[in-house]
Amino acid sequence: MPEASQPSSSFAAEPQAQDSIGFRTLLKKEVMRFWSVLGQTVTAPVITALLYLLVFAQAMSGRAPVYEGVSYTQFLIPGLVMMTVIQNAFANTSSSLTQSKIMGNLVFLLMAPLGPLEWFAAYVAAALIRAFLVAVVMLLVTIPFVHLPLEAPLILILMFLLSAGSLAVLGLIAGITATKFDHLAAFTNFFITPLSFLSGVFYSVHALPPLWFKASHLNPFFYMIDGFRYGFFGKADVPIWQSLSWATAFFVTVSAVCLWMLISGYKLRK
Amino acid sequence: MVCPMNDVSTDLPAIQIAGLRKRYGAVQALDGIDLSIRRGEFFGLLGPNGAGKSTLINIIAGLIRSDAGAISVLGHDTVGDWRRARRCLGIVPQELVFDPFFKVVDMLRIQAGYYGCGKEVWPWIDEMLERLDLASKRHSPTRALSGGMKRRVLIAQALVHKPPVVILDEPTAGVDVELRRTLWSFMRDLHAKGTTVVLTTHYLEEAQEMCERIAIVDKGRVRIVATTEQLLARNPYRFLKLRLTDNAQLPESLRGLITSEKNGVIELKLELEKQPIAGVFAALRAAGVGIDDVHTREPDLEDIFVELTARAPVVLSA
Repeated sequence: MPEASQPSSSFAAEPQAQDSIGFRTLLKKEVMRFWSVLGQTVTAPVITALLYLLVFAQAMSGRAPVYEGVSYTQFLIPGLVMMTVIQNAFANTSSSLTQSKIMGNLVFLLMAPLGPLEWFAAYVAAALIRAFLVAVVMLLVTIPFVHLPLEAPLILILMFLLSAGSLAVLGLIAGITATKFDHLAAFTNFFITPLSFLSGVFYSVHALPPLWFKASHLNPFFYMIDGFRYGFFGKADVPIWQSLSWATAFFVTVSAVCLWMLISGYKLRK
Repeated sequence: MVCPMNDVSTDLPAIQIAGLRKRYGAVQALDGIDLSIRRGEFFGLLGPNGAGKSTLINIIAGLIRSDAGAISVLGHDTVGDWRRARRCLGIVPQELVFDPFFKVVDMLRIQAGYYGCGKEVWPWIDEMLERLDLASKRHSPTRALSGGMKRRVLIAQALVHKPPVVILDEPTAGVDVELRRTLWSFMRDLHAKGTTVVLTTHYLEEAQEMCERIAIVDKGRVRIVATTEQLLARNPYRFLKLRLTDNAQLPESLRGLITSEKNGVIELKLELEKQPIAGVFAALRAAGVGIDDVHTREPDLEDIFVELTARAPVVLSA
């Protein structure tokens, strides 16, 4: 049996380099986690979204175009992509953190020299990667059948980052708060799913009765989807500055809450 | 190593704890703990269940926040300079936790990365897998391992960044003899090369064999800190075991000394200064009682533990 080697100085690294390695490791671990169950984390949501597309596009095919020169199917795809993106960004962070808490392996992270910002950035970045994969696969699958213009690509990227980022952060908040899977399911079923379905994915809010029209404008997911759609068509239900403002404000608000939780150790460190 | 050792004086203790307090509702889990663990020590932290050992370790690890007091690891405050303090520490948690998504070797590499270590630690990971008899399981998912194997992975995870201070929170609870031997051989080697080891265990014979100094904690307070020899010498008793001829009865004058009587073997507790063994033999002779067999037993850590905590330790079977 070989002897245990002397604790050596060969692991020396500058503190900042060590912090960077820590962040990159946590990011890699989070990506590996969803990558190891790709069928469940990417393929399944894409198939579900494509089924929605198939059914709704077929059922609504006779309707007048929502915007001038934009067919219903064209209108539907960006909304479905964004809805899937936000649901998966939320699922990635929330399920990872909740599982770690419930299985107890979160202690590995809690005992490690990783700060709140590194946690935040690594978890959110991993969720963005999963959301990006889901979006790209959905668009690649639909491109052969439906032509989508790309009027404002920078807006498209910005809305993707703000929306997926916000939901990833919201997932972190849910993961920190939840003490059992029931809590997470309640958060998803009573908050994320209803708000994403009632956000103008399948229709223009201008087609709604006045009360629901006004209610839709209080739903932050509506601005995420409307702004994302603007990136494709250069037109949307509300002015783009309004969507960008809402999405930015939502991201800043949830990020502030989440960082406070991580810094204070809320429900993580007793 | 990852722990910034260059900027700490060699005189600094491995772990310094001052005035540590923690309350959970009505329960005062820690009631002013003061403790200094020297660099390079093999230190035992003993106490009955609920004494506050795990709370203490969890506060050192940063899992729990104290109400008052301070802890430093090699001079780095665990709150003010938490990043450096944590880099100096490797902790084997008591609970058998694992991440089901990853293979053993991936888990160890990830853990090393959290501490700022890259590929340079991979040979050390390979060495640990060999030493802990995990080499054949390096590509196995952690969820597929037996309890003992999972415990080994936990130990490797704590050591993956070669911390100068290692805390083992009941590492041998519920594991087989082979793993215990493997673990202690490995820890002895690391300790011989300068690693400070802090051990909590319910196996008092382990603590007696491995530790240079021992602290006994009870009801959130440190009852005593002493070398193992000092602790053992502190007990002014000796135990005498007798098997009497024809299962004869002890004379009345000796019956008050009996501590146990089992399978014909009687154990007497004698004060070293006042009750010499010769006196017992003389009393037996005077009563006409013969002796078939005789043994003496010096007090062990368990006797000291019971004396100090007034509670029997929980000893798990191997």
